[in-house]
Amino acid sequence: MSDGDAQADDTTPGGDTEQSVRDRIWAVASASDIRLIAVTLLAIYAIFLFLGIVGGLDANGLYSSLERVTFFAAVYALVVLALNLQWGYAGLFNIGIAGFMAIGLYSMHILTVQIGLAYPIGALGAVLITSLFGALVALPALRLRADYLAIVTLAFAEIVRSILGSQRFAEFTFAGFDIGFGGATGPDGTLPDPVKFFLYKHPYSLRPEPNAFGEFYFGLFDLFIIDDSTAEGILYALFLSLFVGLYYFLLVRTGNSPFGRVLKAIREDETVAKALGKDTRKFKITAFALGSALMGLAAILWYTKRGGVTPTNFEPEVTFFVFVALIIGGAGSNTGSVIGGIVFGALLFRGPVFIERIINQRLEAEADPTTIFDAFGGIDPFIVYTTDNLSALRVVLLGVVLVILIQRRPEGLLGKRKEIASSIDLEDRTGGEN
Amino acid sequence: MTTTATEQDTASAEESRTATGESTGDPILQVRNLQKRFGGVVAVDGVGFEVEQGTVTGLIGPNGAGKSTTFDLITGVQNADGGQVIFDGTDITGRRPEQIANRGLVRTFQIARELSEMTVLENVMLAPPNQLGESLWRSVLPGFRGGVSEQEAELREEAWETLEFFAIDHLAGEYAGNLSGGQRKLLEMARVFMTDPDMILLDEPLAGVNPTLEEKLLDRIHELQSEGYTFLLVEHDMNVVMNHCDPVVVMHQGKRLMQGAPEEVRQDERVLEAYLGGEVEQ
Ligand SMILES: Nc1ncnc2c1ncn2[C@@H]1O[C@H](COP(=O)(O)OP(=O)(O)O)[C@@H](O)[C@H]1O
Ligand SMILES: [Mg+2]
Repeated sequence: MSDGDAQADDTTPGGDTEQSVRDRIWAVASASDIRLIAVTLLAIYAIFLFLGIVGGLDANGLYSSLERVTFFAAVYALVVLALNLQWGYAGLFNIGIAGFMAIGLYSMHILTVQIGLAYPIGALGAVLITSLFGALVALPALRLRADYLAIVTLAFAEIVRSILGSQRFAEFTFAGFDIGFGGATGPDGTLPDPVKFFLYKHPYSLRPEPNAFGEFYFGLFDLFIIDDSTAEGILYALFLSLFVGLYYFLLVRTGNSPFGRVLKAIREDETVAKALGKDTRKFKITAFALGSALMGLAAILWYTKRGGVTPTNFEPEVTFFVFVALIIGGAGSNTGSVIGGIVFGALLFRGPVFIERIINQRLEAEADPTTIFDAFGGIDPFIVYTTDNLSALRVVLLGVVLVILIQRRPEGLLGKRKEIASSIDLEDRTGGEN
Repeated sequence: MTTTATEQDTASAEESRTATGESTGDPILQVRNLQKRFGGVVAVDGVGFEVEQGTVTGLIGPNGAGKSTTFDLITGVQNADGGQVIFDGTDITGRRPEQIANRGLVRTFQIARELSEMTVLENVMLAPPNQLGESLWRSVLPGFRGGVSEQEAELREEAWETLEFFAIDHLAGEYAGNLSGGQRKLLEMARVFMTDPDMILLDEPLAGVNPTLEEKLLDRIHELQSEGYTFLLVEHDMNVVMNHCDPVVVMHQGKRLMQGAPEEVRQDERVLEAYLGGEVEQ
């Protein structure tokens, strides 16, 4: 028990021996949280590599699929970490995640593409704007009962989505700037991709020419027969992983502190926190604003690369997915959040798409095109059929996963974890500060 | 007890307490004409009393007399429909619970409200007021976190001493939700002491606590009394009330029935009738 948050706590009573052996394996595997995250990621890579090889992907195809897996694992980890602060720690039930993500992304677009601010300044501004919205939404709900926050956030997200998609706000003038949300198809102009600035001299020229680092980087990947666009994607995935690290660091510090302790107390019993002299409103607003800001930033990092700036990216199912991912990992645990994000993003979100790709590839490769066309009336309708039903299939899959999880591991994949809300090891009485 | 958790860092609070533990004659708490109704039920119907500094004042009365609700009204957990609460010379009526707690008036709950998914240590470490690390940026920014840890290390020692004082130090790393009923009561007490209060309202603190521990606990209440703390104690066990509380306030049907030394209360006809369930003539 001495390593504080670095230890999983096995409180499951060892009923049968099989159970306790499994628990022991878990205890060893989770001795270090970082290792646990790494092991999960590697296991998932192994699964995808295996399926990719079986499916006959070439080297470039394999790397590109790992790059995509990493991308979705990372973006989900980011949003899940943010939700864990609000819901896992403080018990603030935010079911308007999609709304805060949309605010972050659209603010970014307006500040950079439309107004012309530099990327980092635009990102900072967008994060501040999202945190303001977070505080504003939380404010009235804090005076009311806890479930009102859920209603308010849900309504907020839907209002945001309909305003962003509305033709009326497609273009307007604000404080002397001609800006707009672009209606149903979103605003014109792609967001600057920060990774391109590392690789190219003029990233947005017609045929961007690599700079010195770009030459070196692409050259390196050429050795492994990986094309430039995949190499670029890999760098972006690394860039995202860096942010996962930053979020994790920030939120572990937030959680393992007197601040985090008050948040936990609010989740457990707010009346007690108040009776002990804590002004819980202050803590709730701070946590909610920070969580919302992190959701906004996550959306910027996500849709800069994939999906673009459109209101359709922010339907309520996004919020549902993030909750599922957090429940998989275990609400209340930052390490669990990262694992939940990885497992969800890679296996449940990306997995079905990947398998579908592989099946299609096999069909194309193995079958004589003419007979396939004869038999199914062309391959395209088949792809269209599966793609259309993908989101429905995914939701069914999620339902099954949720039911199994809630029955078998209600505390999340990692089981019950002891992540003590303190900057020091409280049980080590004689110990110094960490 | 050689050292108590509260001996350190209490210089300012110490001034307001008497070293001898004898009552100074100043009321630290004045309750005037408090009213609270729940729909048709009048839970508190104009109760009023005073608690003198340095006393262990008993608050008794049959079930449903309105004792717990009175505690809620005093500590701001519920808003009174009427009346006044004055603590340490300040009118605290209508203040928020955290403001009242930060003035040094804290309470425990009749049904212990432990923070189940937090360990016993986390529970008590929550209580100290105005911790540096309660500010987010201090807890997060590298240059400031050192100070947060330093203060936490001091509080950790205080927390351990408090747990020892209440004989639950062997449970320090346990989740509060795994504690027995009596242990939860002790945890609640440990927690309120960590807020460094002046006055403590205890709502049936002995319910579920085993007899040996009960004795210890009462001894400790008197030790703390001698350090200048003031207690208002709701208790059902008449032996405890007669031996440990002075004066005793009796409530019945939301009103103060009488107030006096334990002897007087014991011999009062009205009190007997109230407890026997008879209607009391007013
Ligand atoms: N939240 C509530 N809603 C409705 N009635 C309540 C509530 N709290 C207390 N009461 C009623 O108020 C009266 C006083 O209750 P309480 O203060 O708990 O008494 P005591 O602590 O002296 O046993 C009882 O009749 C009780 O049923
Ligand atoms: Mg009661």
